[in-house]
Amino acid sequence: MLMSVLPLTLLGATLGFLLGVASRVLKVERSNVAEEIEQLLPGTQCGQCGNPSCGAAAEAAAAGQLPATFCPPGGRAVAEAIAEKLGIPLNLSGVCDEGPKVAWVDETLCIGCTRCYKVCPTDAILGAAKHLHVVFAEACTACGKCEDVCPTECIRLEPVKPTLQTWTWSQPALLS
Amino acid sequence: MFRKSLRGGVHPTAHKALSNTSPIRRFPLPQRLHISMQQHLGTPATPVVRVGDQVLKGQLIGASQGHISAPVHAPTSGRITAIAEHTAPHPSGLPVLVVTLECDGRDQWQDTLVVADPYKLAPEEVCVRVGAAGIVGLGGATFPAAVKLGLSLKTGVDTLILNGGECEPYLTCDDRLMRESATDVIQGALLMQHAVQARQVFIGIEDNKPEALQIMQTAAAGTGIEVRAVPSRYPMGSEKQLVQQLTGKELPAMSRAADSGLLVHNVATARAVYQAIVEGRPLISRVVTLSGGAVTHPGNWEVPLGTLASELMNHASGFDVTPARLIMGGPMMGIQLPNLHVPIIKGTSGILALTSEEIQQKQPEPCVRCATCVRSCPMGLQPLEMAAAIRSGNVKAAASLGLHDCVGCGACSYICPSSIPLVHLFNYAKGELAAQTRARQKMENTRVLAQRREERLERQAREREALMAARRAEAARKAAAQAAEEQAS
Repeated sequence: MLMSVLPLTLLGATLGFLLGVASRVLKVERSNVAEEIEQLLPGTQCGQCGNPSCGAAAEAAAAGQLPATFCPPGGRAVAEAIAEKLGIPLNLSGVCDEGPKVAWVDETLCIGCTRCYKVCPTDAILGAAKHLHVVFAEACTACGKCEDVCPTECIRLEPVKPTLQTWTWSQPALLS
Repeated sequence: MFRKSLRGGVHPTAHKALSNTSPIRRFPLPQRLHISMQQHLGTPATPVVRVGDQVLKGQLIGASQGHISAPVHAPTSGRITAIAEHTAPHPSGLPVLVVTLECDGRDQWQDTLVVADPYKLAPEEVCVRVGAAGIVGLGGATFPAAVKLGLSLKTGVDTLILNGGECEPYLTCDDRLMRESATDVIQGALLMQHAVQARQVFIGIEDNKPEALQIMQTAAAGTGIEVRAVPSRYPMGSEKQLVQQLTGKELPAMSRAADSGLLVHNVATARAVYQAIVEGRPLISRVVTLSGGAVTHPGNWEVPLGTLASELMNHASGFDVTPARLIMGGPMMGIQLPNLHVPIIKGTSGILALTSEEIQQKQPEPCVRCATCVRSCPMGLQPLEMAAAIRSGNVKAAASLGLHDCVGCGACSYICPSSIPLVHLFNYAKGELAAQTRARQKMENTRVLAQRREERLERQAREREALMAARRAEAARKAAAQAAEEQAS
């Protein structure tokens, strides 16, 4: 009797002890929630939310220090996803969703200083020293970093004009 | 055979007699044609001509771009005078790239490729030729026909169905076409059957077109094609409804006919296929119904693509009274036009000018939850619930109620006693969902781009570091060598 109970008890106790040690020693520093939120963010490290990186912003959001609407380039879609993930109420009234925007270079003012393409987080600007710079509209996230560094104010964010491919019906006006 | 009866549907007044009594007339060549580069679903074509070029009838002027696209051909001979933007025949009224062709009046064909025995062509070759002729679904959806044929050939198709339903009120272009060019339609159907290697071919025609039905049955005798009458009920001309009526199979939700081994094409598309393969004639004209209470002389016209709708209207008829609404297509699913200064495109089945009595516009009132829309929905959806979800801003809830299966037929809007613009709400929600998908896609791309940039910056830093280390090592080696030399001397 004792010969069968004792080994099992010892085995259980040992493994339990090891698991307890492992959970302390090998503890993951960051919470999973923060990581999951980081996956939802654009990852351009643009810093518009006031945090140094998307990872730091995700951690702050997971700790409840930021509202769900903290990411300006993410817009409504990201805010909704974050609110759903954290189960927090979403107040979209603070978001001024002006619709998608894209950076645009005024060709008459660009001096080819290369400052904008060095800061672009998605490599959406093509150019070389003393050559005109152009923006790849598909890659631009309208983070505004280029706007800040441009010495001649020739690069600015313009609303994206709808095309026949992207145009959608507007909401019909109805009596509520 | 046991067949499930179709669910839903409505019976709008047909108004077909306005335009189906006189034969199709040929529209004379106008002075200028404005040929849109976006006459199909998918990526627009790119112009391959320059301003000042002389082109011949049937010459390629717009090349197809990408997978889902269709080329555009010159409807007559003449000179290209402009390539510029012009209002598109689209509910948005946004501009589209248009090639303006000044007709020289000679109507001179380019050398055409005529095939002696088209059935000796490989099925793939037929698909390629249909694609090169710029043929799109002429029922109104304008999906490139070659893409549909090619996919069907790959996945394997059991039944080819030709859609002669024409369930939209007012429109009679397919009716007249079947009466006047029945053999062309049948030949086209046989060519398409060859192209996709289908086992059987059905043609479904609504029973409110007895003349067309009889002529088609006579023309199809001995070819193995079965021409069947289907009950007149809107939307019988919708792909899923016609399939269910003819084969008894109900297509599963979120699937296409091709997934069930079926291929559906319009009768006018079949005729275009016949003309492309046998006569070597690309799609450069189409039959357009001119009708509506405000139109003096309704009828059907074979119109070169790129003719302005206003020119057609001025030449053919003019107005009895000021029209209250101008529509391109049918009254149920067509698009409202702000004016007639838009070119006729491949998908223009009709130009309607309706009077205020005909449209009976009413102010929307609150929903009384009578569920008439639920009974009328041919897809078995609950329009009132979806509309309520959309109005409360919850587009996702509407999607989970089956918004993706809505075919936008307009039966619910037509029948609603409170005149709620249900289809408008659904179109808005579909656009919203599409925009969300695009935003998600962009976010994914952004993440990849940002990650690549990070990697590149790191790599560059590493390389710089390695270069500096190499230089330092080199300098140290040189210094050591110099020191050794000095010591030696």
